[in-house]
Amino acid sequence: MIPEQLVRLLYLAAAVLFIVGLKRLQSPETARGGNRISALGMLLAVLVTLLDRQILSYGAIAAGLALGGGIGLWMARRVKMTEMPQMVALLNGFGGGASLLVAAAEYLRAQGSGAAPSLDVALSTNLSVLIGAVTLTGSGIAWAKLQEVMTGKPILFAGQKPINGALGLSILALLLWTALQPTAPAAAFYALIALSLAIGVLLVIPIGGADMPVVISLLNSYSGIAGAMTGFIIGSEVLIVSGALVGSSGIILSQIMCKAMNRSLGNVIFGAFGAGPGKSTKKAEGLTVQSTNPEEAALQLAYAQSVIVVPGYGLAVAQAQHQVRELMDLLEKRGAGVKFAIHPVAGRMPGHMNVLLAEANVPYDKLLDMEEINSEFERTDVVLVIGANDVVNPAARTDPSSPIFGMPILNADQAKRVIVLKRGMSAGFAGIENELFYAQNTQMLFGDAKATVTKLVSEVKQA
Amino acid sequence: MSDSLVSGIVVFVLATYLGAALIGRVPPTLHTPLMSGANAVSGITVVGALLVAGSGQGWLAATLGFLAIVFAMLNVVGGYAVTDRMLQMFKKSPGEAKR
Repeated sequence: MIPEQLVRLLYLAAAVLFIVGLKRLQSPETARGGNRISALGMLLAVLVTLLDRQILSYGAIAAGLALGGGIGLWMARRVKMTEMPQMVALLNGFGGGASLLVAAAEYLRAQGSGAAPSLDVALSTNLSVLIGAVTLTGSGIAWAKLQEVMTGKPILFAGQKPINGALGLSILALLLWTALQPTAPAAAFYALIALSLAIGVLLVIPIGGADMPVVISLLNSYSGIAGAMTGFIIGSEVLIVSGALVGSSGIILSQIMCKAMNRSLGNVIFGAFGAGPGKSTKKAEGLTVQSTNPEEAALQLAYAQSVIVVPGYGLAVAQAQHQVRELMDLLEKRGAGVKFAIHPVAGRMPGHMNVLLAEANVPYDKLLDMEEINSEFERTDVVLVIGANDVVNPAARTDPSSPIFGMPILNADQAKRVIVLKRGMSAGFAGIENELFYAQNTQMLFGDAKATVTKLVSEVKQA
Repeated sequence: MSDSLVSGIVVFVLATYLGAALIGRVPPTLHTPLMSGANAVSGITVVGALLVAGSGQGWLAATLGFLAIVFAMLNVVGGYAVTDRMLQMFKKSPGEAKR
């Protein structure tokens, strides 16, 4: 038994620990400690709640804590770094699911007690159900797409938008009815849950491939907002604060991703890519590509003073990050400066490429963002583009008719020499030609990224 | 509107702006751990789950509360543990001067 005022102050302390933890994520040096401070805040919140007088039975609670914590720890230990987007999707889903379950349990409790809940609580309950359910099933679909359990391509069918619209209106009607009318049948509340789960699926299936990072960021935001709504139900400030923090974090990351892809949030959510704007008519007729071989490319790298590596999604797919780090070590031993230029959409979620390279022991001070490194390309001897395409397409700067015009890109084309590692001449995600591949200073090195970089490593050793 | 609702909304709005100010300064290199770490924070729903599971109001509410605890704890422990695993991999160049 703790006095209620003290309980509230201890919850405030937990919220402050979350904020300090987030603040420490502003530098890689303090980030790990920050994460632990945040975890400490969570421990405090859980302990305070357990000691609070409203808790009656501890047996099932201890079992639930151990079970959930055990599964979470097991997942966190075994997940591969390349699978991080799926992992975050799953965690988002469980967070949303927890909010949905708490809201449903609170509804049952209010029904059982006979006293009608106030309008505030009823509305918060319904919103918590809606957002929690959308987060749960939406994240489930996002996970299935990323894990390739189902197709990663957008799933479109006739009448999709009218169906979603009708579903949305029905949800709104049920939400208001059950909140305003405490005597509304329980079936209406269950229908609200069912329809909310359904719209979570329908909202995510038409989004595909490269747009998934935005979806995950957005679902991350939803899981926070659902938590905040749960806070309104049970009148808990710490839930409201934490939920709002996470809610705004997810929104900001979604915006960063959208800006980096030159798209609006609405366009990502409602306009399946490819069905969108017309493609550039500019074709690469009469242009020739210069191709090279690993021996020549290795010589150029071996005698370069400065090298920038531009890693893309293809590098992660080929799992070539360890070979690339080996190449970096060799070149540095020969006296060259090697850096990595990371475009915001380089990986499969915001910052994913950085994690993959950090796992391969590339020091984080060698990983530079677009703004930091863009002015350095013109002073660079060799740029090695591995599995990236649209993010180095100069048409984004020069060709107003191009669909990617205006998208922020890495200015790889300004380097003295560019070597592009690629499987073949296929177009990138945006489905357009890349002038960089035909430029005077560019040489194409065709092949699988991992095999080719391995060859480069052995050639540089002999050079 | 009750007083508690109004003060809740005040807290919500202020925390949203605070979150935006904090997150805007996180460098892109840490965006993935940021997301998983923030995700763990959203597992704070575990507090609500504990309250409904412990309130002893019928088996159905208790079962939902139990499941909510499992889900929220999965989110909390999984989120913090995986964030820690990622952050420990971020290392500086050996011998590099402080940036």
